[in-house]
Amino acid sequence: MFKLTTVKILRIMCLVGVIIFSLPVWAEEYEYIDISNPFLRKIPTAIPLFKNASANMKGRDLAVELADSVSKTLEFTGYFEIMDRDAFLADPHDPKITTAEINFRNWTVIGSELLVTGAVSAEEEYMELELRLFDAFQAKLIVGKRYRGRISNQRQIIHRFCAEVMYHLTGNRGVFNSQIAFASARNGVKEIFISAFDGYNPRQFTTNNDISLFPAWSSDAQWMAYTSYVGGKPDLYIRNIKENSGTVVSRKGIAITPAWVPDKFELAATLSFSGDQEIYLLTGRGKIIKRLTQSRGIDVEPTWSPDGKKMAFVSKRSGTPQIYIKNTVSNRVRRLTYEGRYNTQPNWSPKGDKIAFSTMQMGRIDIFTIGVDGKDLRRLTEDQGDNEAPCWSPDGSLIAFSSNREGIPKIYVMTAFGTDQRRLLSLPGAQTSPKWSPNIINK
Amino acid sequence: MRKKLWIYLALLVVIPGLMFTVSCAKKVTQAEPSAEETAAEAEPEVDNAARIAEEKAAQEEAARQWEMASEEDVQDQAAAEAAAKEQEMQQDLAAAKMMFENEDLYFDFDSSALQPMAREVLQRKADYLFEVVDASIILEGHCDERGTEAYNIALGDRRAESAKAFLVDMGIDPARMTTISYGEERPVDPASNQEAWAKNRRVHFVIE
Repeated sequence: MFKLTTVKILRIMCLVGVIIFSLPVWAEEYEYIDISNPFLRKIPTAIPLFKNASANMKGRDLAVELADSVSKTLEFTGYFEIMDRDAFLADPHDPKITTAEINFRNWTVIGSELLVTGAVSAEEEYMELELRLFDAFQAKLIVGKRYRGRISNQRQIIHRFCAEVMYHLTGNRGVFNSQIAFASARNGVKEIFISAFDGYNPRQFTTNNDISLFPAWSSDAQWMAYTSYVGGKPDLYIRNIKENSGTVVSRKGIAITPAWVPDKFELAATLSFSGDQEIYLLTGRGKIIKRLTQSRGIDVEPTWSPDGKKMAFVSKRSGTPQIYIKNTVSNRVRRLTYEGRYNTQPNWSPKGDKIAFSTMQMGRIDIFTIGVDGKDLRRLTEDQGDNEAPCWSPDGSLIAFSSNREGIPKIYVMTAFGTDQRRLLSLPGAQTSPKWSPNIINK
Repeated sequence: MRKKLWIYLALLVVIPGLMFTVSCAKKVTQAEPSAEETAAEAEPEVDNAARIAEEKAAQEEAARQWEMASEEDVQDQAAAEAAAKEQEMQQDLAAAKMMFENEDLYFDFDSSALQPMAREVLQRKADYLFEVVDASIILEGHCDERGTEAYNIALGDRRAESAKAFLVDMGIDPARMTTISYGEERPVDPASNQEAWAKNRRVHFVIE
């Protein structure tokens, strides 16, 4: 379940076609992104309309569609400021796409630092797409690719290119191959849904006709664990997504808030069969390995550090719900949050350094981040309804959360610093508990 | 002349005697031999006696049937009375069941501790369970909408267990009680104000 099979690799190649440009990136290290606050200054990026290389109607429509699609996808990351095409000096009817042709002054003069050009030729259901990313100031190509595939698969092609862009700028492939699971109250009953990272194509994952909550992705994105009342009480379901089979943990009491251990077929969850709500470590088949918390009172909502050695969780052991961190190697537990009287819903950043969580004060719930060392507490939402259930993107750059600022709770996304808060999608009813999957190409 | 008078006197004694012997069936068979002695002169009297006996038998049969009839009436009446009582009992039971399920147990915010009022409510629950010995119940734990989803399911769980433990202490068999928590997922009042929140922080009892 952790491998890419040969069949999968062949499929991807058929879809995407041959890569022709393989120029290396820079000899010198040039930092495009300021790590300390990458979203403070977005990189002005110009994406003019693509060239219609096949000179037919389909090609002309695609030239616009694809340029817009690349713009939206890069904009989603929060790193790029996509420039208005009205400001462009270059002739839109005669796009220059290669290093040799481009007059980089046209771009630097209007303030753009990055430039993306494209050329598309379409024939029947297939297209060939060339995409290039340039550093406008250095007048150099950063990365270029040619893709061949079905027009209907254009999203995948765009995502592959954007992943290349992210990789060359940040060393990280970004979030374009990830998905977001969430609970949506369809006809008043919460079921679990899954959409693409940008909210595209939401589809229903559970059809229990009963309350289903707390979706959790395994590291290889093959398994989903969740709580459902379909059996008459809150039981834990561990389901293989493709094969649609798995295990149920159904004991006396509740079984909630599953959290997979990174890179292992194990998960933590809160069970109360002993008469007290404690966190246990289970195998992916639902067998209890050991108990992880030892304290009277509520212990819920585990979340793992990326190295799988530490677990943050919520406990009422000191009288109010607060967040604690347990080192599962030394077994020591320390308290993380000291401000406020109701801190819950912790989520450990895949970068390992921060934990996002929600605080309830004065009847309002807002999202904060705090360093794993307990320092650098930052507020991310304010004066915009209740904001709950933060969940980091797989590269640690974005946070998905649930907000009722427009009335009923919906899923929103913001950067790790709280900027660019926007709604991800809207289905009828309330959407809650978003969980971002790993960034894996799963077919 | 005097001899005839004595015969008449004897007959006067014998005929009533015959009448008495003929009235009991057993005695008739026994008395028959003696009756034959005076058969000739007694014939018209025997006919008469038989008729009288027949009348008497009919009278007694009627009396018996009337007794039976009234017994039956009494039985019908008793059955009707019993049925009425049964119906009343069922109605009482239904009313008690409704009362049982309609009275919830309430809690303070973020707390699963039993308040002073709680003890009275739970006493009434226990009374019902002692009365209806075969009843099994479900205790549902609920929370108000404030707070967060997972924590509230855990809190609802604690509330239901808290109520159950109290009933166990009072002597109710724990096997008769199941707890389930719905957290904030099933409020009884969807409004967002103090009153609604107070109504939602509850344990709700359901008879299985």
